Amino acid sequence: MATLTTDPIQVYKRPVGLTEVHSHYCPGCTHGISHRLIAEVLDEMGLREKTIGVAPVGCSVFAYKYLNTDYVEAAHGRAPAMATGIKRVRPENIVYTYQGDGDLASIGMAEIMHAAGRGENITVIFINNAIYGMTGGQMAPTTLPGMKTTSSPKGRDVEMAGFPIKMSEILATMQGSSYIVRRSLHDPAYIRKSKKAIRKAFETQVRGMGFSLVELLSTCPTNWKVTPYEALQFVEDSMIPVFPLGDFKVHPEIAKLKV
Amino acid sequence: MPVKGWIEVNDLYCKGCELCITACPVDVIQLDYSRLTPKGYHPAMLKSDGCTGCGICAVICPDAAITVYREPKKAKVPTA
Repeated sequence: MATLTTDPIQVYKRPVGLTEVHSHYCPGCTHGISHRLIAEVLDEMGLREKTIGVAPVGCSVFAYKYLNTDYVEAAHGRAPAMATGIKRVRPENIVYTYQGDGDLASIGMAEIMHAAGRGENITVIFINNAIYGMTGGQMAPTTLPGMKTTSSPKGRDVEMAGFPIKMSEILATMQGSSYIVRRSLHDPAYIRKSKKAIRKAFETQVRGMGFSLVELLSTCPTNWKVTPYEALQFVEDSMIPVFPLGDFKVHPEIAKLKV
Repeated sequence: MPVKGWIEVNDLYCKGCELCITACPVDVIQLDYSRLTPKGYHPAMLKSDGCTGCGICAVICPDAAITVYREPKKAKVPTA
């Protein structure tokens, strides 16, 4: 006889990897989504108690308050250097950095390049929202051509300010990197794909296979001066053509993995 | 007969960004304009029956404010 269950099934609840505090992010900011994905992945892999995160400078400077793992705060852009030190001293721990585009692609360019070049066994979560969010919406290295920001009020002029830097494509050329992919957070289906990518990035580190990075196309409704929903539309319509989604470098061992 | 489900929105986290409203495939979420959260936002709420408990609102929620429940399928009671 089948057992009768009348208890409701809990389909989804807030992961324990997130602390029980109200975040300071603006309404609709996709930083919250990426925090949640990291928390879910670390919970699923059972790595939360031995993970050390490195927080950047930027909007996500308070990531240590929201993610329920050990955390350290790095100087602006120096998170990969700090993560290198932590991972070399404590190879049994899982070390990841969480960086925005101003932190990683601008001031931290040297650190990320050399960490990838050395093939450091760390994971980098790179949040690309094409703008400096915390300081008030200035032009970042990843700002789209023609995009209006507070420091490019007539739109990014490529003759003066150059073209956006595509970090995933650059880092995929590094011999030390094992898993370099770009995903987007503009739609529930793509959010699920992003979660799988984050899982594979951490699996790369667990297997000791070298540098892994997941670039997540993200939004900044406040500084783009649009509603949260229009910001997601902007990612789909304008950012994805410039920053195409895809796997830029995947080690064959990781490609075989089913998550 | 679709599966019956429901959501609970935590006022501590919800910021009324409306992303769950735009993502809901059956369009049963709205902002509750009769209430304010401690931070001064109108939280999301279920406006009518029809929720299937698919969990898409929870996937897109930036603040992990939504808990999704689903009613279990009724087990067959043997007739003999």
